[in-house]
Amino acid sequence: MKRARQKVVVENEAPQASQKSKKQKTCLYGSLFGESDSYTSMDWGSLPHPVILRIFQFLPLVDRARASSVCRRWNEIFHIPDLWRRFEFELSQPATSYLKSTHPDLIQQIIKRHADHLQYVSFKVDSSTESAEAACDILSQLVNCSIKTLGLISTAKPSFMNVSKAHFTSALTVVFVNSKSLSSIKIDDTPLDDPSLKVLVANNSDTLKLLKMSSCPHVSPAGILCVADQCHGLKELALNYYILSDELLLALSSEKHVDLEHLRIDVVSENPGQVEFHTIKKQSWDALVKHSPKVNIVMYFFLYEEEFDTFFREETPVTHLYFGRAVSKAMLGRIGMNCPRLIELVVCANGLQPLDDELIRIAERCKNLTAMGLGECEVTCRGFIEFVKMCGGRLTQLSIMEEVLIPDNDYSLDRLHLEVSKHLGRMWFPDMMPTW
Amino acid sequence: MPHRTIHLFRKGLRLHDNPTLLAALESSEVVYPVYILDRKFLTSVMHIGDLRWHFLLQSLEDLQKNLCQLGSCLLVIQGEYESVLRDHIQKWNITQVTLDAEMEPFYKEMEANIRRLGEELGFEVLSLVGHSLYDTKRILDLNGGTPPLTYKRFLHILSLLGDPEVPVRNLTAEDFQRCRPPDPGLAECYRVPLPVDLKISLESLSPWRGGETEGLQRLEQHLTDQGWVASFTKPRTIPNSLLPSTTGLSPYFSMGCLSVRTFFYRLSNIYAQAKHHSLPPVSLQGQLLWREFFYTVASATPNFTKMAGNPICLQINWCEDAERLHKWKTAQTGFPWIDAIMTQLRQEGWIHHLARHAVACFLTRGDLWISWEEGMKVFEELLLDADYSINAGNWMWLSASAFFHQYTRIFCPVRFGRRTDPEGQYIRKYLPILKNFPSKYIYEPWTASEEEQKQAGCIIGQDYPFPMVNHKEASDHNLQLMKQVREEQYRTAQLTR
Repeated sequence: MKRARQKVVVENEAPQASQKSKKQKTCLYGSLFGESDSYTSMDWGSLPHPVILRIFQFLPLVDRARASSVCRRWNEIFHIPDLWRRFEFELSQPATSYLKSTHPDLIQQIIKRHADHLQYVSFKVDSSTESAEAACDILSQLVNCSIKTLGLISTAKPSFMNVSKAHFTSALTVVFVNSKSLSSIKIDDTPLDDPSLKVLVANNSDTLKLLKMSSCPHVSPAGILCVADQCHGLKELALNYYILSDELLLALSSEKHVDLEHLRIDVVSENPGQVEFHTIKKQSWDALVKHSPKVNIVMYFFLYEEEFDTFFREETPVTHLYFGRAVSKAMLGRIGMNCPRLIELVVCANGLQPLDDELIRIAERCKNLTAMGLGECEVTCRGFIEFVKMCGGRLTQLSIMEEVLIPDNDYSLDRLHLEVSKHLGRMWFPDMMPTW
Repeated sequence: MPHRTIHLFRKGLRLHDNPTLLAALESSEVVYPVYILDRKFLTSVMHIGDLRWHFLLQSLEDLQKNLCQLGSCLLVIQGEYESVLRDHIQKWNITQVTLDAEMEPFYKEMEANIRRLGEELGFEVLSLVGHSLYDTKRILDLNGGTPPLTYKRFLHILSLLGDPEVPVRNLTAEDFQRCRPPDPGLAECYRVPLPVDLKISLESLSPWRGGETEGLQRLEQHLTDQGWVASFTKPRTIPNSLLPSTTGLSPYFSMGCLSVRTFFYRLSNIYAQAKHHSLPPVSLQGQLLWREFFYTVASATPNFTKMAGNPICLQINWCEDAERLHKWKTAQTGFPWIDAIMTQLRQEGWIHHLARHAVACFLTRGDLWISWEEGMKVFEELLLDADYSINAGNWMWLSASAFFHQYTRIFCPVRFGRRTDPEGQYIRKYLPILKNFPSKYIYEPWTASEEEQKQAGCIIGQDYPFPMVNHKEASDHNLQLMKQVREEQYRTAQLTR
């Protein structure tokens, strides 16, 4: 009965309420109800460890830190390894950043007392080189840890690219060598290179499951091939098109390799005016899909219209396609012909010719298509309704900017949205931009 | 016992459909129509550029003229509003102050202060809704006490509310005979100040003139000239729509020179006469409904015009870069499409909404990755139709901080312009330095050879700046950043999707 009342007090009070007043209330209840001595001597400080630990896990770090200065017992619990498994270091220079930064004293304390406990670590840095360098400094000190997840995240500009390659790779290899249990690594936009990947592989080949390394210009096809060859548990991979090779796809499809779940490829022209891209053989794609039938292959294209010639001339098992810039009508036509596994298609822009034919072919041949987004294109209302009729209810995501749809003799925009809703089996409107 | 009333104009600078003024006239034996020009207050709560001051002064002149025609007059009193009120409450034995209810936090605070003053000095305060279609409280109530955060949800709530209140009747000279106007001598002391009095530029070069009369004329033209009103199809964007619109109405709604309810009902009447309508005329009255949407969200969202502490806004690590912001603001980005738009904005105080999308995207999520709050402040200073909720709401939208579409798109400063106006007439008009470039180069003049630049009489890097960013690089990177932010702040992103 008394304990229940104690619990009620805890829930009703804001976490920041002073611990002292909590203690006083308990004593007051105790004296009011004339409880025996053994009850009144029980106080917050003598709650069992697991209970305090559980409560601490709900508190944000700031409140936990305040709680830790209440008594020795709470202080001990504050430093239990379990509370220091996950940490996100936020590093920014106040002069140039809107977001807060992890206090340097806290960083010091973590390195001194908790470096060994860290398992899921990420570094969020702003656009300044100093922040990226600070991240590298912290990384170099994580010597006795067994990190499972590592993320290096640039929130504004790719500031890690301004750190010297030597400084960066030596910091990174500290973690690669010492952790020996890395499972998930996100290091996009960094000066990662082939030798560091070799070190990664030498120490973590059994545990590596996820590797995201888009826009790491110092990595070569050979570097990533080394990863695929040795890390047979790799399930998710994100990279740039230029390091994708037939050998890589075959390595990922070897018998020893687990099923690949997610392959993300960014297609960016490396040099200005680059028009030629290497091709991947159909057999290589086929091998991958045969080995991992459920794999999602996501391609992000950031090219100009003239640069698409190489792509989709043969059947390609891509599932998610995103065109960040304009895409040519011819390319969309080829997609309709050669991408039977397509699930999602997003076109940010196109020319001034209606895309009716291309869309209808996509509806006919891409039977798995469930999501589509169109902006800055042109499609006649009639053509669009035909497209939607053919796809039917399988289109769970249909995001079309209002300006895309050209009214014609058959349909006005108002009528169109009713027709489309009918075929989709739910209420649908085009995406509207506010009229300012 | 009839009142002695001061009717305080803040926005709502009109006589048609003015429920508060009508209420004042019907309840009083004398009404003093007052505009308190509290410059200190205004400049502390918003940025106001010269063109906006001119528009305000023109609107006040027009109001003065229209009141005179009905036998009354407008009294423009300069000074801090609280002390002005204290003085004149006593001088004129005022028993009632009437004013439009406004939703901006600073106007709400002003109203609260006036009410406090009323309790102290013994006068009543009456405020009515006049600036929006609906009383936003009713919208909030129907949505369970919170604002609908998507436009679709908002339209649904409106469908439950039914039509807005009809405009109130027009005022007549009789109203001002039955209820006495102020003493004629006062008009002399409290005339509308001239630009020179406010130390702003002597003349406005903008083709937009302020005032209710001008607004009503434009309304008539808007409803007749716009062929699309009759055929109910949305206009495709044509190059001419970028030029100063003779039928545009947005600045008149912002100042309250035009009543939104009047416009709503004029449109509804036209629509009702059509033969095959089956839906509420969403596309016709789109401008009004979007306005109402942002007003509603803003009225119930704390810190709506900021990122910090704003529950619907993604917290994004924008770059602080005063130099780049300055280049954008002063039309020196090196991208003719962007610079022409910013030039028109500064010179005329109005740009087409697609133009706003282009420059807003460029500043924020597209190229410069600078905070939308900075862009919002520039727009507030330069746009004649600057409006607390609409400005902030649109900036959040265009910077992809709130009100998301499923997919983030970035407008290319070359392609988007070229698509809208292939011959570049707009560029040639507002950036005459570039006018001799052939159309194929005018959106990206840095791609022309040295010889061609010499022929056009404009060397890039000398007579006109180089592009300030590599758009391709910048936008690719920013697309990834935006994706990352939305994934991390998934819950906030879901609120307004």
